[in-house]
Amino acid sequence: MSATPTLVARAGTWFHRYANPGRFLRLGARLQPWLTWPALLLTLIGLGWGLFFSPADWQQGDSVRIMYVHVPAAMLASAGYAGLAVCAMLSLVWRHPLADLAAVEIGPVGACITALCLATGSLWGKPMWGTWWVWDARLTSVLVLFFLYLGHIALIRAFDDPQRGYRAAAILALAGAVDLPVIKFSVQWWNTLHQPDSITLTGAPTMSSSMLWPLALSTLGFSLGFAAIVLARTRAAVMESRIRSLLSSPRRRADAAPGEAA
Amino acid sequence: MTHLPYILASYGLAALIALALSIGAALRLKQARMRLAVLERSSDRTTGATPSL
Repeated sequence: MSATPTLVARAGTWFHRYANPGRFLRLGARLQPWLTWPALLLTLIGLGWGLFFSPADWQQGDSVRIMYVHVPAAMLASAGYAGLAVCAMLSLVWRHPLADLAAVEIGPVGACITALCLATGSLWGKPMWGTWWVWDARLTSVLVLFFLYLGHIALIRAFDDPQRGYRAAAILALAGAVDLPVIKFSVQWWNTLHQPDSITLTGAPTMSSSMLWPLALSTLGFSLGFAAIVLARTRAAVMESRIRSLLSSPRRRADAAPGEAA
Repeated sequence: MTHLPYILASYGLAALIALALSIGAALRLKQARMRLAVLERSSDRTTGATPSL
């Protein structure tokens, strides 16, 4: 009986070590170059390899090269939303102040990467399927994910009191997480036009290593890039929050309006 | 290459989104860092002046 609260309390204590803005900013500044430069390098190598050196597919021809952008974007769209749900949990359960700021910053980046996934999917679908869009279970569930991101962004800004916005958006993020397994298993649960996953955690990949390597590099590069952008935005948000609190301090208000203070 | 416009559009879109997000984040971070430095300097000056008052 007492084990669960202790575990929750311990986890809360661990998470709150990084609630200190100064500690987070120091850690973030150290981490930033280790995310940014490998992201740039791996993405360039992965996409360059995929575009110029990997072989064309025997069925898809050169259109398979779109996969080196589409697959990492699709993986990150779901992973980003999972990150949003984790932030929501941290915010609702442990009231972690940085979790709210991180969630605010993950939303737009996740929405952009989901839009990229949908757009590149359409650009692949037109030459391969002969259509830009079908109301297939996989495509529709990713479109729902895009709307969830947009809803999260809108909900955070919908209240005068930011705390209410954070709470409402956190609830939406947690409720929307139900879409993630639907996206993942849609190609197994329903008869879809979208092909089944070529890479799974349990089975061997069903693609040649000459395609797997550039895909792995671009996926890793995209993931590090996503993390680098979210980290930079969160660091900026923490600094902006500090700026707001400095500007609204009574001493500064008095300095800004000496006549009123007198 | 077959379907070249679709491939170029995909890579171009990816580059555009990546550039927009990275440049936006870098500029925002730089601006926040500069504003915070200015404010903290002036805040330190004010705090430093307090004992002499």
